[in-house]
Formats: sequence, C-alpha cells, structure tokens
Amino acid sequence: MAENTRTILICSGKGGVGKTTLTANLGIALANSGATTAVLDADFGLRNLDLLLGLENRIIYTAQDVLDKNCRLDQALVRHKKEPNLALLPAGDPRMLDWMKPEDMKKISDLLSEKFDFVLVDCPAGVEDGFKNALAACKEAIVVTNPELSAVRDADRVIGILNTSDIEPIQLVINRVRPNMMASQEMLSIDDVQGILSLPLLGIVLEDEQVIISTNRGEPLTLTDGRSPAKKCYLNVSQRLTGKDVPIIDPKNEGKSLKDKFMRLMQTKVF
Amino acid sequence: MTLRDLINKLLGRETASANTARERLQLVLAHDRVDMNSLTTDLLDKMRKEILDVVAKYVEIDFEEVAVSLETEDRMTALVANLPIKRTVAGEIKFKKNDKNNKSDKDIKK
Repeated sequence: MAENTRTILICSGKGGVGKTTLTANLGIALANSGATTAVLDADFGLRNLDLLLGLENRIIYTAQDVLDKNCRLDQALVRHKKEPNLALLPAGDPRMLDWMKPEDMKKISDLLSEKFDFVLVDCPAGVEDGFKNALAACKEAIVVTNPELSAVRDADRVIGILNTSDIEPIQLVINRVRPNMMASQEMLSIDDVQGILSLPLLGIVLEDEQVIISTNRGEPLTLTDGRSPAKKCYLNVSQRLTGKDVPIIDPKNEGKSLKDKFMRLMQTKVF
Repeated sequence: MTLRDLINKLLGRETASANTARERLQLVLAHDRVDMNSLTTDLLDKMRKEILDVVAKYVEIDFEEVAVSLETEDRMTALVANLPIKRTVAGEIKFKKNDKNNKSDKDIKK
C-alpha cells in the first residue's frame, strides 16, 4: 500500500487563490470515489483546512503531538462523519515553524502513506521554510493559480522551485475562472495561463458564490447534493486526478444566456 | 484578431485588458526567471574553480578555452562545461577533444 500511495502537494505561492478549498473538495471527492484519503494541513502558521471541512471542534491532537510521540497517529486523525474515507491531520501551532524540518514532514507523510491511498498536503503560501517542509513530504504536486497577474507570477516562482526537486508530475489547476470576462478578453485566458506556466492542465474551477456559502457552513461543495458550477469542476478535477479520461471543463461552453452567446460571437477570429 | 478587437480598433477604443495583462506578465516573468539564475553567478564562479581544480589533478586543461555556464531552455537549466584537454598529467595523450578546430589539438601536435 505504502508504495502506491499518492502524496500530492497542493501549492500556489500566492495566498488566497484557493489551495485550501481545493484540498477540502478534492479530499471529499476522492474519498467519495472509494479511495481512503488523508488531508494534511501543512500551514502551521495559519491553519484553515479544519474550518473548511467543518472539523474545527473535533481536533484533540495535532501533527505535532504525533511527532512528539504524545499520541498515536490514529488518535490525531480526525475522521469525517459524513465521509468516513476521509481523515484530517491538523497542523500544530505556529511555534512548530521554529523547529520543524523537512524530515519531520517526511516522517508524517510516511506514516500517513501506510494507511491511505491519497495524501493531500495543503501547503502554506510563500516559498519559504513552510513550503519547503511540505515539499519534502510529497511525490507529486498540483499548482493552483488564478487568471491574474500576481497569482500567475507567484505560481511561476513555485514551479521554478518544484522543477529543481524530484516532484513529478506537476499539474496545473486554474481557479476562479470567469467565463464572461474571458469571453470579453478582460481576463487572461486558460491558454494564456497554461502557455506561460507550461504545465499540463489538470483542470479549471469556475468562480462560484456557492464556494463562500459552503465555507460558511463547513461543508465542501463536493459533499453537498446541490448542483453548482464549482462543484462540477472539483469533481472533474478529482476524476482526472484518478486517471479517468474525462475532458477538462471548457469555460467557452459555460454560460447559456444570450449575453454569453453574444460574447462568444465577439471572440470569433475574423482574420 | 477577433471580432471584438476589430470593432475596438474601428472605434478607436483601448484593446481588451487581457492583452495588456499577457504582455506585462511575459515581461515580468522573463525578468524573474533571469533573476533566479543571476543569484547563482557567485556560486557558479566558485564551482567553476573547484571543478577545474579537480579536473586539473588528472589532466592538463587548456585554461584559455574553458567555458562553464548555465544554460536554460524550456525551464530546464543545465550546467554546461567545455574543458579542452591538452594531455594527461602522466604525459600521455589519452584524450582528445571532439572539436577539430580547437587550439588544444594543435598544441598536442607540437
């Protein structure tokens, strides 16, 4: 089992682009597809993954206690009630940043690999020690970015560092995509971003108010019954991650209103 | 050019901001990517000296023709070292550079 476990770093460089939301939603989706999945919050400074999963009140031990041998791994893992295949390993407190080494993160991910099919590591923003620690724990990576200048620039720095490690494959998820703005060419297109970062595209996630609502409730969209654009995208990313041959959602086909159709017409190449 | 670009041009309007974004991004990234390499120039000098010291222990190098550099292509950076060899330290000519019009070849013939 341990050798087949896929330990995946979810990183972005810039903060606030949707790493944690992607981790939570992918975690639920993978678990729901039958794969035992652990999500590890590697953001010791500002942990939030527990909140997004609605597990903040159930944390007793953290990764720190496991490393200090205050408890067994089983005791620190928080199982999700609605999705029993999913478990969260919470980050310790910010003081851990002072002594934490890449080897420590490696130790934690090795422990998790013995029990799970997937280990998703929610990486802190930045390219400093926290990022490098998280990097040491993973075999592959997903770089999350938004179609915005600052997010793409920071993603490029992260990719530069990832390329000097043995992480493979490194795949791209473009988050907060607004089809209307792309159609009117007021937003970098998927091709622009992917071309500039030159990574294989794992998927895109459409901008969606439901994401905020689901965060308020502590229930990732992939856990809810409703239909929403972002949920569809997260499921698509999850399927593609497990090797299913499904096409990437194309923002050009999203949006069915007359205005959207007009915008598409305007995008037609004339010469 | 898209239909939108055409209409904008005819009306003398500004082009869509995605184009501006793309151009600015490409410039800033070109700069960032070079920056990351230039951080290593000091280290590269140091490494060049050490490599030469090691190689010089075994073979005589033509120091005037030595070139050690980092070359980046498609995000892959490689250390490229070209060290023309005059002779082995033992005095025997065991190695020859592939490059035919290299000075070291002439030196060997002498």
